[in-house]
Amino acid sequence: MPTAYHRLNPLTKMTVAAAGSVAALAVGGYVVPLAVAAAMLLGASVAHLAGRLLGLSLLVSLPIAVSVVLVSVFTRVGTTVLFSIGPFDATLQGADFAGQTLVRLLAIALSVGLFSTTTDPRALVADLERRGAPPRLAFVALATVEAVPTLAERARVIAEAQRARGLDTEGGLVARARGLLPIVGPAILSSLTDVEERSLALETRGFTRPGRRELLWSVPDSARQTFARRLLLATLVVLVAAHAARLV
Amino acid sequence: MLEIRAATYRYAGVARPALRDVDLALSDGEIVGVVGANESGKSTLCLVASGLAPASIGGSLGGGSLVVDGRTMTERPLHELAGVVAIGFQDAASQLSGVAATVFEEVALGPMNLGLPLVETVERTREALAALRIGDLAERRPTQLSGGQAQLVVLASLLAMRPRHLVLDEPTAQLDPDGSRLVGQALARLAAEGTSLLVAEHRTDLLDRICTRIVVLDEGRVVATGPASDVLADPRLHGWGVEPPARVRLASEIAAAGLWSPPIDAALVEALG
Repeated sequence: MPTAYHRLNPLTKMTVAAAGSVAALAVGGYVVPLAVAAAMLLGASVAHLAGRLLGLSLLVSLPIAVSVVLVSVFTRVGTTVLFSIGPFDATLQGADFAGQTLVRLLAIALSVGLFSTTTDPRALVADLERRGAPPRLAFVALATVEAVPTLAERARVIAEAQRARGLDTEGGLVARARGLLPIVGPAILSSLTDVEERSLALETRGFTRPGRRELLWSVPDSARQTFARRLLLATLVVLVAAHAARLV
Repeated sequence: MLEIRAATYRYAGVARPALRDVDLALSDGEIVGVVGANESGKSTLCLVASGLAPASIGGSLGGGSLVVDGRTMTERPLHELAGVVAIGFQDAASQLSGVAATVFEEVALGPMNLGLPLVETVERTREALAALRIGDLAERRPTQLSGGQAQLVVLASLLAMRPRHLVLDEPTAQLDPDGSRLVGQALARLAAEGTSLLVAEHRTDLLDRICTRIVVLDEGRVVATGPASDVLADPRLHGWGVEPPARVRLASEIAAAGLWSPPIDAALVEALG
């Protein structure tokens, strides 16, 4: 069941995600990124997604976080040594830098995650096209989103066909790696052939015809949301400018 | 009228022509069937008739031309043909746009691209779905259809554009007999409304039922053309790699057995299943 947050116009949610990410990245420190993270979690709780979003964001950030901690804590030059492992000193300055980077990373992951888990790509594309984005751009954006599940389904069908012909895709790592090539090759080649035929089919269906088209559905928007988007962008500009002037 | 004049088509980088000196004219409301063995040039003829070859896929027409409703379309931008000539290919899955969330959106894509008002797009979409009796698929995801359903959806998306000329390459390749019959009926209705159709098919039974004229291709050349009843009963058909329709096979079996052979038409064979 879509919540009030889900029902927001996709551009509003995209503005929230972009503003949150830019603010966390540009201003840095702890306060702004943590405030952004808290705001995103608030939005996620409205969307009944707080737990899932937090888990997803931590999972996505984890590989980068581990490398950031290792590199920053042990290689950053600092005056206060917390502890040493062999020739490496863990410094307070390194730990501080790692902490700031981690909260930024978390804020960005939460911002992007909240947007992507509450927004149907079709709604975003339809809304952008309604606002004047070229249909070709909309098609490329959607086709990209759809390409992953389509390719996965194709690979599954090819894998089943290859298994029926005796290909071993189970067992140890080497057997699995050996079984990958006869699946990936045909999957990619057949996708390329499909792209050619699909582009011909789209041409005959008027896809390259210039001019605007009336869309089947439009995504609701409101004056209140327009105002909120502008306010958010203005706040972002002021915040970044204040930070540049070392006021924040 | 759709005319192909003196077309000798070569794919880019290939010396041997895929079509040799082909002349073909489709009158409004006429259904012309194209038969021939694999590699005889059926699909290439469809590409040339739709304007996609050489405009979109390259190659050369060797001085030939495509004339649609009196206008020479060779070298013209393809979007000018959209809504006038439509083409359906054999593989339905690769013709789905890949961006529509539902079958309804998929079928509506063509009319939408033509810049039609929303009301007309919706009306055309509903009509096309009803014509092929797939209205119940309207809310389904196009990626979750069976091969036969996808083929019907692709056909519906072409019907919704209401083209004056429709080119179909193996339109029933993935359909069961019921599906083929539905497609045949929809095409016959379309022709009755004035649309000219060029249908390339291996299954001659469908062509036997709906076509007024048959063209036989062999190594890119038109080797026979004439009324469907005559060409599909031509004893040379086997030699060109084409299996005659059930009606003709049944009649020749009866004749070979030395029995009295009544006139057998396609409707009788269809009724007998």
